[in-house]
Amino acid sequence: MKLIFHIWRQRDRGSPGRMVRYEKDGLNPDMSMLEALDVLNEDLTIKGEDPVVFEHDCREGICGSCGFMINGVAHGPLLKTTVCQLTLRHFENGQELYLEPWRAKAFPILRDLMVDRSAFDRIIASGGYISTPTGSAPDGNVIPISKEAAERAMDAAACIGCGACVAACPNASASLFTGAKISHLGLLPQGQPERASRALRMVARMNEEGFGQCTNIGECEAVCPKGIRLEVISRMNHDFLKASWAARQPATD
Amino acid sequence: MQLTETIETTRLWRPGSLSLAANAPSGPIERAWDKARFEMKLVSPANKRKHEIIVVGSGLAGASAAATLAELGYNVKCFCFQDSPRRAHSIAAQGGINAAKNYHNDGDSVYRLFYDTVKGGDFRSREANVYRLAQISVHIIDQCVAQGVPFAREYGGTLANRSFGGAQVSRTFYARGQTGQQLLLGAYQALERQVDAGRVKMFPRTEMLDLVVVDGKARGIVTRDLVSGAIESQAADAVVLATGGYGNVYFLSTNAKGSNCTAIWRAYKRGAAFANPCFTQIHPTCIPVSGHYQSKLTLMSESLRNDGRIWVPLNKGDKRAPNEIPEAERDYYLERRYPSFGNLVPRDVASRNAKAVCDEGRGVGEHGLGVYLDFADAIARLGRGVIEERYGNLFEMYQRITGENPYQTPMRIYPAIHYTMGGLWVDYQLMSTIPGLFVIGEANFSDHGANRLGASALMQGLSDGYFILPYTIGNYLAAHKFEKIDTLNEEFRAAQDAVAERTSRLLQTRGTRTVDSFHRELGKLVWDFCGMSRNAGGLEHAIGKIRELREEYWREVKVPGAAKEINQSLEKAGRVADFFELAELMCIDALHREESCGAHFREEHATADGEALRDDARFSYVAAWQYNGGDPPLLNQEPLSFEYVHPSQRSYK
Ligand SMILES: Cc1cc2nc3c(=O)[nH]c(=O)nc-3n(C[C@H](O)[C@H](O)[C@H](O)COP(=O)(O)OP(=O)(O)OC[C@H]3O[C@@H](n4cnc5c(N)ncnc54)[C@H](O)[C@@H]3O)c2cc1C
Ligand code: FES
Repeated sequence: MKLIFHIWRQRDRGSPGRMVRYEKDGLNPDMSMLEALDVLNEDLTIKGEDPVVFEHDCREGICGSCGFMINGVAHGPLLKTTVCQLTLRHFENGQELYLEPWRAKAFPILRDLMVDRSAFDRIIASGGYISTPTGSAPDGNVIPISKEAAERAMDAAACIGCGACVAACPNASASLFTGAKISHLGLLPQGQPERASRALRMVARMNEEGFGQCTNIGECEAVCPKGIRLEVISRMNHDFLKASWAARQPATD
Repeated sequence: MQLTETIETTRLWRPGSLSLAANAPSGPIERAWDKARFEMKLVSPANKRKHEIIVVGSGLAGASAAATLAELGYNVKCFCFQDSPRRAHSIAAQGGINAAKNYHNDGDSVYRLFYDTVKGGDFRSREANVYRLAQISVHIIDQCVAQGVPFAREYGGTLANRSFGGAQVSRTFYARGQTGQQLLLGAYQALERQVDAGRVKMFPRTEMLDLVVVDGKARGIVTRDLVSGAIESQAADAVVLATGGYGNVYFLSTNAKGSNCTAIWRAYKRGAAFANPCFTQIHPTCIPVSGHYQSKLTLMSESLRNDGRIWVPLNKGDKRAPNEIPEAERDYYLERRYPSFGNLVPRDVASRNAKAVCDEGRGVGEHGLGVYLDFADAIARLGRGVIEERYGNLFEMYQRITGENPYQTPMRIYPAIHYTMGGLWVDYQLMSTIPGLFVIGEANFSDHGANRLGASALMQGLSDGYFILPYTIGNYLAAHKFEKIDTLNEEFRAAQDAVAERTSRLLQTRGTRTVDSFHRELGKLVWDFCGMSRNAGGLEHAIGKIRELREEYWREVKVPGAAKEINQSLEKAGRVADFFELAELMCIDALHREESCGAHFREEHATADGEALRDDARFSYVAAWQYNGGDPPLLNQEPLSFEYVHPSQRSYK
């Protein structure tokens, strides 16, 4: 099968970028989108041109490395699917595809389809953990956790940190990402002691990193390859408001 | 144990003279780790701050080690090549992690996990290490639960378990089909907490390209910044490699695309012995190859074998759709040949049997390289809901890739390379033959012998990282004096120059073939001749071919772009150059080991009914290879003795 790619090419952070057109024939519908780019890159290499830079590693939809916009949709048209798992059978022969990097102030473009998502690591570092130094844990069965709570925590914990939520949001908000971690830990008994400080610190860091505010549009949920629900943002707001309220100093005069 | 043969000099290897002392404590095995810890020297809290430790790798082993070392007060620098430590390949592990908790009261114990692991490894691992692993397993679960890992639960709120290949008890803990992800996120979060506290400096998108040894001790690494292309050095008092396995030598594997052998291979070339490189594991349940463009193979968790039944048509060339083949014309070959373990035989046995039925012409799918994994009975027995809850995401993944619905038609699976038991040789303290160089996780050779049991790599990585290395490295640091070292010193400069030279050589070759085209060809050679089964003729042939191809590589490879920029082709090119050298050593190791054991199956050494035939009199040792410049590598032996689990022919009948 044949596809016509228009791909964002940009040398580095400082250079201007532009869309470049590539026609590729002889593709197989069972290939993944990334395998199609592999094939294109083999051609470019032989021709002496620079291959298209895109991020990837596991190619199983779990590491969160891959991701770009296909015709304006983060990770492309198939629900709950990263580009590494998106096979060409979901496209028409001869279709034109526009591939662009995630665009957000907090995710500077490094080259072509590759962006810098280190802001996500800094959000986690600000409080996305339960402080348990190695060796300090009680037996795993000491605190029972209802199946329901464990399953709901797992739903939120499934986030792969790919950044599609930010890319899809007109405000480039990282609320789905941050809310997912706050929900995962906040749903578990082990996460309670730091619940308030976690929400305060993570939300503050998210704002400092230059992500926009959430205005409940819901595009993030629509593109999330792991099906993280908007409800995690409500949980984040709840924890944040409650913690902000509690943290207010009583009036002194 | 006394080895009956001395090593002869051959065309391909020579005898080495390393004395490989494991230094495991003597006395009862149950007390060994306690005793070792008691005998270890300690670094006082005030002095820990003064030590720098480099940890290369941020997978389960590296992240858990870096976080724990920082908690103890050391200064840690941690490196990974991905953009975030959270993306290390451990993230992809699906099925679960073993621990001898015996929560299910089904007869499990530390001793049984130890026994199963030694037996599963076909008596090629070190008993004391394995015992310690089984002991520590229970603490890992506790640690992870406390970090917030959302393990599966029973309705009463206690932890749930499932069973896994090679075991008859339920001791595997899991978080849906994303156990590795959840365990790694736990370790990553602990790591990020230390980053925030300023005790770990994280270097993402940074690749280690050489080890620096000063006065016989590991004192630093040379790295390339994958964004700017800058080649730099980092100094420390000790270096920990947690860089994962080398399965990508086969090109097609279940490993992430970036997984590579460069860190351990560079260490080998600086003097660290490489143990049992030919022990590579083939996983029985992967999605079969669909075309030559294929970039990697996708694993279907082995936990599927709990409820799925494996079969092929009874008759050769039966091309009917699976649902049209009546019960009587199906061969459930694992259940038939191994009535007591059935579909849950260990991986090597399951893989070889799949190959055998396909070689007989009974394979399924377009290329005949596949067998069915059928859930029809399980769905009838348990209902679709239960199956969906247990394996929903795996079924979804299968359907996404193949376009077929496994609730309705059986999955097609075929073996693929998955894990490497071989790796850098380490002693009981997890230190390599280079003082100050520690190796943890899949990168070392230690605990799985010739075959790893399912759900025990995650256990080993976390055991090494959380609970073993943080003690043993202190023992090393306390016992030595460290002069302050400058990365401008001679050894650092020389190593850095060598890296820069290699990089520019790759860029300047400007040949006619891409890196991937070479890698595919190399991978096919290794798969054909040093894969699921091996023989002397094939291995000799492969060694010759690998050398020819390597020579062509350095003449004909085409690496576009420049050194001082993001250059993914250059990254691959360096890794593949190292795979070429490792592939040769794997074949040499496989050739020298004239026995079959675990995943290493030499066709010349099989029982009458085709099972692996060990030769304990000649080969009950760890083969530790030493680099010898341009000359054939040196073979050293660490004899293995079994005081607790008596070597027997493994039987899963
Ligand atoms: C698909 C799949 C499923 C699996 N499922 C299971 C399972 O269910 N249960 C189980 O027990 N095991 C499983 N395994 C095996 C297990 O996941 C691995 O053995 C284990 O996670 C390896 O962990 P590690 O920390 O040693 O290395 P990795 O997780 O591979 O991490 C390696 C780290 O080293 C870094 N690195 C490598 N080279 C360099 C370099 N040169 N410079 C800088 N950094 C470098 C990488 O960036 C990465 O951070 C599975 C494996 C696969 C492939
Ligand atoms: S490459 Fe890992 S999620 Fe796509």
